Amino acid sequence: MESNVQTEKVLPTKGIKRRKKFIGSESFYGYLFVSPMVIGFLLIMFFPLVYSIYMSLTDWQLLGDPNFIGTENYQRLVNDPDFWVVLKNTLIFAAGLVPINILIALMLALLLQRNLPGIGFFRTAIFIPVMTSIVVWSIIWKYMFGTEEGFINQVLAAIGIDGPAWLYDPDLALGAVIVVSALKNVGLNMVLFLAALQQVDKNLYEASYLDGANKVKQFWHVTLPMITPTVFLTLILTVIGSMKVFGQIYVMTNGGPGNHTKVLVYYIWENAFKLFDFGYASAIALVLFVIILFFTIIQWSARKRWVFHEE
Amino acid sequence: MKNKNKNGIFTKVLFYGVLSLISLIMIVPFLWMINTSFKDSTKIFIFQLIPNPFKWENYLQVLESTPFHLFYFNSLYIAILVTVGTIFLGSLAGYAFAKLTFKGSSFLFLCLLSTMMIPVEVITIPLFLFMRDLGLINTHVPLIAIPILGPAGVFGVFVMRQFFLLVPKELEEAAKLDGCSYFRIYWNIMLPLAKPAVATLTIFTFLTSWNEFYEPLIYINSKELMTLPLALALFTDEVGTKWELLMSASVMATVPLLIIFFFAQKQFIEGVAMTGGK
Repeated sequence: MESNVQTEKVLPTKGIKRRKKFIGSESFYGYLFVSPMVIGFLLIMFFPLVYSIYMSLTDWQLLGDPNFIGTENYQRLVNDPDFWVVLKNTLIFAAGLVPINILIALMLALLLQRNLPGIGFFRTAIFIPVMTSIVVWSIIWKYMFGTEEGFINQVLAAIGIDGPAWLYDPDLALGAVIVVSALKNVGLNMVLFLAALQQVDKNLYEASYLDGANKVKQFWHVTLPMITPTVFLTLILTVIGSMKVFGQIYVMTNGGPGNHTKVLVYYIWENAFKLFDFGYASAIALVLFVIILFFTIIQWSARKRWVFHEE
Repeated sequence: MKNKNKNGIFTKVLFYGVLSLISLIMIVPFLWMINTSFKDSTKIFIFQLIPNPFKWENYLQVLESTPFHLFYFNSLYIAILVTVGTIFLGSLAGYAFAKLTFKGSSFLFLCLLSTMMIPVEVITIPLFLFMRDLGLINTHVPLIAIPILGPAGVFGVFVMRQFFLLVPKELEEAAKLDGCSYFRIYWNIMLPLAKPAVATLTIFTFLTSWNEFYEPLIYINSKELMTLPLALALFTDEVGTKWELLMSASVMATVPLLIIFFFAQKQFIEGVAMTGGK
């Protein structure tokens, strides 16, 4: 029966080969199979990006026609005090979140790589927030940070401390959001580091042990160099992620008090979808794009210099 | 010897101490959420290990005052469509990029890859206007199409391509000699082989879609079209400080996913390590 099927199919294939038609050829199927994603790339990524450059040079509002106004939006941007506050907040957010997140994740990965009883429980506990939606996580923490009803201030009250109004205090609000964001994703980076630690060749530890290296030395001279590529990749992802922070700000503070927790994506959203100032919002969005591009390039070039076993 | 032993105990205490503390910080918010969701509104300010009175009616009140079943349904079917679409188109393109020779394939792949550097937030405004011109505002189409065809989808292509590169050439050569069409090679041979990559991508895509907030916020206005995260965020504005209701709603939105996670956590964590680490 099998041979029957074969002879039936060999014949038409031969016919097609003789005619060398494009339709049905390997190239044809190649283009066919990638076409949805390539069309998607053009429609959803490429044209919109080019279009947003054009939009940033217009005074496009919700109603009325867009007029070309040159670099006016960018001049407005430079003279907009709110924009500088927002930019500063975004950078503070990243500068606070990235080291906290990476260091805690690395420490947790080092602790959890040992096979001791109870490890599974700890891993699960630390990973649960990663699964939770940022909206739910932020709602819970908004409540945790509540001035009177919040868990934190109730605990503080129990030991006789009058807790502050965390999310309404200009000096504390951004810090609170940073901590909440770091806790949310520390499990993700931990898992990435754990995976990297498992890849480290065990022979290296033995060799360094025989050379008389202690645990601390082993960490600095064996573990860390071996997992640098992962640390590096995670760093990129975390920096870029923190540039795009939005959900926790929206839920926890709405950018307040005043402008103290307003970040770039929130400002873009506010200008575009609350004030319908599409042109101006596009200009801010392009600033975000350039910043993210800048970090990506810096980190790619740094990669060449200090990543240990990269080809 | 004795000293070493003491040292070992000290390390262990420190080890469990640090881990317990961090785990506690992660879990307490959830316990607090569950605790409050059963509290009477007048008892919010009082600490009660087991709420008294025990108000499971809070849940009924949420279900009665909001179309919660619709939020569930919307989130679920959007996440399923996004996942199926991402897996299908991602693996199809991934297969072509890995195994088929056609002119410009590496150029096209690079184009796709470059989009992973473009944050969706940057191009949302032109996309919004584009969707508005197509009359797709306040529909689920953007919530389904943008993840499948945008950067998230490209990520899927990347993951699948990396997997297919590892599949030995002999397998498809044999199939070709048997006269299988390229689509059949993809569908009958490649896709079943890619189960681990597909599982990983499924988890990742589903989770991302289920938790997505920014896009629903921009595209959806009608209550009955909202997804869970959007509905919760707006519910927060609506009920203000009625924390017991907010917490009941949060529990209902979170618990199903956490139950799935407990049964499949190994795959979840390994999947994230695999996709995030590559």
